[in-house]
Amino acid sequence: MADEVMVEAKGLWKKFRKGEIYNSLRDLVPALVKRRLAGELETREFWALKDVSFQVRRGEAFGIIGANGAGKSTLLKHLSGILYPTRGTLSVKGRLSALIEVGAGFHPDLTGRENVYLYGTILGMSREEVRRKFDAIVAFSGLEEFIDTPVKRYSSGMFARLGFSVSAHVEPDVLIIDEVLSVGDFLFQRKSLERMKEVLASGATVLFVSHNLRAITDLCQRSILIDRGQVVLEGPTADVVRRYMDRSAAGPTDNGDKEAYISSVSIRDDAGTTLQFDSGQKVTVEVEITANAAAQKLAVVIECCDDEMYDVFNTSTQRLGATPFALQPGEKERVTFELTLHLVPGTYHLGAYLYRYDIQKNFDTRTRAATFYVVSPVDVRGAAHLEPRVLGQETLRP
Amino acid sequence: MTGFLRALGKHRDLLVMLTWRDIRIKYKQSVMGFLWALLMPTLIVSAGLVVKLGLSRVSGRPVVMAQLATVTLKALPWAFFVGAIRFATTSLTSNVSLVTKVAFPRAVFPLAATLSALFDFGVASIVVVIALVVARVGVSVQLLWVPLLLVLLIAQTAGCALLLAAANLFFRDVKYIVEVIMTFAIFFTPVFYEASMFGRWGTLLMLNPVAPILEGLNDAVVLHRAPNPGWTLYAAAFALFFIVVGPKVFAHLEPQFAESI
Repeated sequence: MADEVMVEAKGLWKKFRKGEIYNSLRDLVPALVKRRLAGELETREFWALKDVSFQVRRGEAFGIIGANGAGKSTLLKHLSGILYPTRGTLSVKGRLSALIEVGAGFHPDLTGRENVYLYGTILGMSREEVRRKFDAIVAFSGLEEFIDTPVKRYSSGMFARLGFSVSAHVEPDVLIIDEVLSVGDFLFQRKSLERMKEVLASGATVLFVSHNLRAITDLCQRSILIDRGQVVLEGPTADVVRRYMDRSAAGPTDNGDKEAYISSVSIRDDAGTTLQFDSGQKVTVEVEITANAAAQKLAVVIECCDDEMYDVFNTSTQRLGATPFALQPGEKERVTFELTLHLVPGTYHLGAYLYRYDIQKNFDTRTRAATFYVVSPVDVRGAAHLEPRVLGQETLRP
Repeated sequence: MTGFLRALGKHRDLLVMLTWRDIRIKYKQSVMGFLWALLMPTLIVSAGLVVKLGLSRVSGRPVVMAQLATVTLKALPWAFFVGAIRFATTSLTSNVSLVTKVAFPRAVFPLAATLSALFDFGVASIVVVIALVVARVGVSVQLLWVPLLLVLLIAQTAGCALLLAAANLFFRDVKYIVEVIMTFAIFFTPVFYEASMFGRWGTLLMLNPVAPILEGLNDAVVLHRAPNPGWTLYAAAFALFFIVVGPKVFAHLEPQFAESI
């Protein structure tokens, strides 16, 4: 049945508690006494999901779009059965597989072979099923030679490949992919996209969360936009993406509850121009960070997208070898990059992320923070300006 | 309870694999491998014998061979209980990445911990059999009590394992409390001595639900007599209590695991 509903959420609400949580008896006992003496203490509660409802049918690819902290990952964790809603119902038909973090169940002391069996059963396969697919899993990972080596000797790339290979061989009816958690792992992103296309081709259902709006637009027919735990818009992906970009381009919203945020992003050349540049020109990009609380080991990621949100370029202070910085409350940090705009004529958008690599934490995101135009006297198209010249043109006669 | 068992049944392969993982790692990390499994029980039994010798010197009564059998027979089930409880208590908190990222019945963690301790106990049984043969204990029809007593012990252990694993997830200092209790519990449990040695106070020692099982094993295997029916019923009541309440409480708390861990 093509229009069978595979995933359905009806009025999902999820309450989280902020602030002090007593996770030891040693703290709990005095706290109970204190509460008895001082009267009921207020526990700060907030709704991470507010009345979220949607349906996804068989064979559909469904996108979930929203800014950091909007509730996307919380929603996915409900769908995959890790978190339970405070109110509302959720139903998922058939076997569900979540491509959230590959290799979460690997044990470093076990060999690749042993981990394939272990991780396979963790992902819901039977031992018999893993045995049947074992050769295919190993072949896909390309690690035949190392399969009897303990995975602690693996490089992180090999580790990820084997983990991915196992999860790619679960044959799910519903596949959940959360790319937000794998920021910076290009290989994983590309492989998960390929995998998603295969799964879709086999008639399964896919739920996709990503910051890569291009990928969502390409693959998902329908999407929802989530903001502060609420579904703001549901509809064709192109419409949802447009609305999301309009919102995030509207500038800084509420930075008060962020530990540190990007307070400004600007681009200019030596002459002080900020809007239009020549192809091949050198420009300076300035990103200013403001801290509300002490934050450490920060790095700034900048990206440049074309008008279709295709990521034509990105880099970061970390990747360029600059040392991570720390900020005290109230301090600001100004990071300046020099870029040479080898771009073809067109409209481009500059974005920035404030990121901490060692714990993979994204503090703030500003997409489309500054828009600029590139002009060129030469008519070139595509993504990069390779500065072509015609050197010669002669007819060769046999 | 039926829902709990059905969910576990669906994930029995996972339970088997996690048990196997725990066993594999334990023996992989030690150079001697399976010899380690035999060394540990031998050490425990030796410790028991030292205690026995000390007691006999004080009381002036010589050690008889049957006491070797008694010590072995009681020390190893006790080692199983302690090992399983210790390991199970931290079984959820040491698998954070799985608890917060993959969905399956979380009861597999404390149960796998219990099963891998049971495996160690199985290996250690070789030592028990050797001790029994050396002490020329002999066989009798009373041996039929052994499976029943072991089932009671496993039920108590598994139920406690579930409760403590869940408790340690919410309150991280539970594992320290368990450590302290498990370290000193050997003094309050008739492992290296008999509850009857204490006369009237022996009753107090038997209130420990593991005690009647250990004494019962000694009765059936070494003394060739039926275990005390009253105390066996007492232990059975505890086993039933733990095996019903453990899964119930665990299943009730399970929805909060991922966000509280």
